[in-house]
Parts: sequence; C-alpha cells; structure tokens
Amino acid sequence: MAKITYHTDDNKTHTIDVQNGFTVMEGAVQNDIPGIDADCGGGMACATCHVYVKEQWLDKLPAKEDGEEDMLDMAFEPKNNSRLSCQLIVSDELDGLEVNIPSKQG
Amino acid sequence: MNKTDVLIIGAGPTGLFCAHQLGIIGLSCEIVDNLDKAGGQCIELYPDKPIYDIPAVPECTGAELTNNLLKQIKPFNVKFHLNERVEELKKNQNRWHVKTSGGVEFDVAAIVIAGGVGSFEPRKFSVKECEKFEGSSLFYSIKDKSIFKDKTISIFGGGDSALDWAIELSNSSKVNLVHRRDGFSGAEASVQKVKDLNDQGKLNLFTKYQMDSVSGDKQIETVKIKHDEGEIKEIKSDYVLGFFGLIMQLGPILDWGLNINKKTVEVNTENFETNVSGIFAIGDICSYPGKLKLILSGFHEGALAARGCFKYAKPDEKLRFEFTTTSKAAQERLGIKK
Repeated sequence: MAKITYHTDDNKTHTIDVQNGFTVMEGAVQNDIPGIDADCGGGMACATCHVYVKEQWLDKLPAKEDGEEDMLDMAFEPKNNSRLSCQLIVSDELDGLEVNIPSKQG
Repeated sequence: MNKTDVLIIGAGPTGLFCAHQLGIIGLSCEIVDNLDKAGGQCIELYPDKPIYDIPAVPECTGAELTNNLLKQIKPFNVKFHLNERVEELKKNQNRWHVKTSGGVEFDVAAIVIAGGVGSFEPRKFSVKECEKFEGSSLFYSIKDKSIFKDKTISIFGGGDSALDWAIELSNSSKVNLVHRRDGFSGAEASVQKVKDLNDQGKLNLFTKYQMDSVSGDKQIETVKIKHDEGEIKEIKSDYVLGFFGLIMQLGPILDWGLNINKKTVEVNTENFETNVSGIFAIGDICSYPGKLKLILSGFHEGALAARGCFKYAKPDEKLRFEFTTTSKAAQERLGIKK
C-alpha cells in the first residue's frame, strides 16, 4: 500500500491509499479523480493518462519501458517530468509519490 | 440519400458484429466510421497485439479479429462509409435523418452507436493561437501537397508521419522538423534519412524543442520554438504541420440529447436503447451497472440492440427467435446453399 497524492488542475489535492500492484492511473480512475482519461485502459496506446511527476520522485520511479516515450510525444504539453500513469506500478517504495494532472489530456 | 434500416456508427468489432446480427434477423444496415478502415481501436491502437479473451478463440490479433468479423458479415454486403463522421441527427416522423461530415445523408429507422471511446481525431497543438490558422496555414493532415512548393514548412512531431512528410517535402520546400526529444518513434531508416538531410543542409532539424507560439496576420509568418533549457528560437514559416497521432473524442454525439456520464452513453440492459427512442449504444461507449469494457460484452450488446431495432424497422412484423443452425431464413440470408 502506498499513499499517492494527485494534484488536479483545479488546484485540489487528493491523497489516496493505492494497493500495491495497481497503477497510479488505476488509483485515479477508481477514485474518480478528474483529469485522467485512460482511454485505452492501460495499454500504453493512447497517452491520455499523462501526469507530471514531482521532481524528487523522478529517479525513484521504474525506468520507462520501450514505447512510453513514443507515446509521450503525443501527450498534451509533455515535459521532462512527464510519465504515463498506467506505467507506474504502485509499491511500498512509491509511498508519498506526488503527481500533477495536466489541464487536458489532448 | 441512403435509405436503410439501421445506421451503425463505428466500425470496430462491436459495430461489425452488430451488423451481422442485424443481417441474421433480416434487417439492412450501413456503417459510418471516421477512420479510413474498419476495425476501430483493434486496428488503430493494437493491430499486432494478441487478444486472449474472445470466446472460443484462444489467441488472435486485433487485425485478425477484424478480418474475421469482416468475413463473417460478407454475405450481407454491408456498405461502409469510411473517413466520415456523423454530424447531424434529425427526427423525421418515425425515422431519422442523418448527415455526415462529408455530406453523406441517411434515412434510417434506428441508429446504433458503437463508437468506442469516440471518433479518432488528430491531436492538436496546445498553443491557443494555432486555432486561428487551422485549415489555412496550419494543418494536421495533408490533402494537397502542391501548396507547399517553394515555401517554408515547419513540421512538428517524431513519428512516421512527421518524418515521412519532412523527407518528402524537403525535395521542393524548405523544411524545419521540430521534435521534443532526440529519440524518434518513427522507422529507423527514416530517422537516418532525416539526419542525413540535416547534415547536407537540405532540412533543418531541431530536437528538444517544442512550439512556443505562432504569429502572423491571416497566414502564419513566424513560429517560436522553445528548447528544454528555455532558449527560444524564432523561425520563419509559411506553413505549420503537426503530427501527434490521434485522440478519441466524443464529438457531435454530445449534442444529441443522450444521457452522457463520463464520456459514455447510458443505456438499459434489455435492448441497449438510450434515453432517446430508436438510438441504441453498444460496446465501450455505453454504460450500465456492471458494464465490462470487453469485446465479448460488445458482441452481446450488439445482438440485443439488433433485436431492439427490429420494431422500428418493421413495426408491423413480429420478430421470431431462431438459431442459425436450423433457421432456413437465417441460412438464406447467409447465402448458404444446401
């Protein structure tokens, strides 16, 4: 279990306990946190679960798999701290992770 | 005007199987899809990825599934209207009058929305001023490449479309290719070609840059691009092209008076009709308690929606429940000769 904090574009903060093995995307979708569309359902095929990861977490996250960076090319306003939240699998090590949800997904 | 019993919106697996079920019960249909081919997400997002949960098919790819469904509906000679998006819907007595983006018109008894997560539309620049130039000097697809001859074109993106057009247009235009990182998702050979053209001075490659702003009067004159480190460059451009792939959008469906909840259309589970009589919704786009976004659920929903359409298409007839193993009528419709 890890506490994940989602900062949404309307300046609200949602801190949720997400079970290990679930993705940061699923944590948002299952708890009705707005701004993550996840159109393809976690298949790394749509770039609509794009988040900005708080800088200090960047190095602690699992590295990007092949294809994630390609999908991020299509995301709305990608930055250096962009990740697809469907690729961030929650574990105890991610306890305290904070992500910002962009104003739009596309 | 195309007159048919049912119009299916969306040529993904759910829409295709619904066409089969309509054919079996003796109703005609036509299918509209915004993509240039049938298959929906199966073709556009994961043509080569294996699917393991189609009943009685242990493993198949999105492309195989689509081809098999097309084969299965072949006997019904379903007419497809590809590259068309349904725009307008009007009730005309007991029938619906439908119009697409390309001006194709339909007169139908019922409509089945099998639109997945929406129609595939090009992803756009996030810079607001881009809207002003869209269609005149800023494009997300190319219809007539002759307008670019001897002009300066700034192309944004790192996939095959961006690379292929950069290479092609560099023959007769001055091309700037702008991409947010050093890596590209397009084919390795194209990446190499672009780098060679850049070295030969036949194209200008800017990596780790993204669009900052565009300006001009009626037409684009300059584009500002911003480096990861913050440096801004101004480049003269007559045209701007953006190739960022496709995104799914509900589009005009939002304006049809349907009960919409989180990008999905609410339906009943008896026949998958929406709150508007004669309009049905099946597959990923529909929602009801317990909804599973699985292809197999879409097939079930399509079978019931097809039967729901019957009373609108043939109000004076009673629908018989029959099996394809034994029904003479169904077998005739399938073109089976005994």
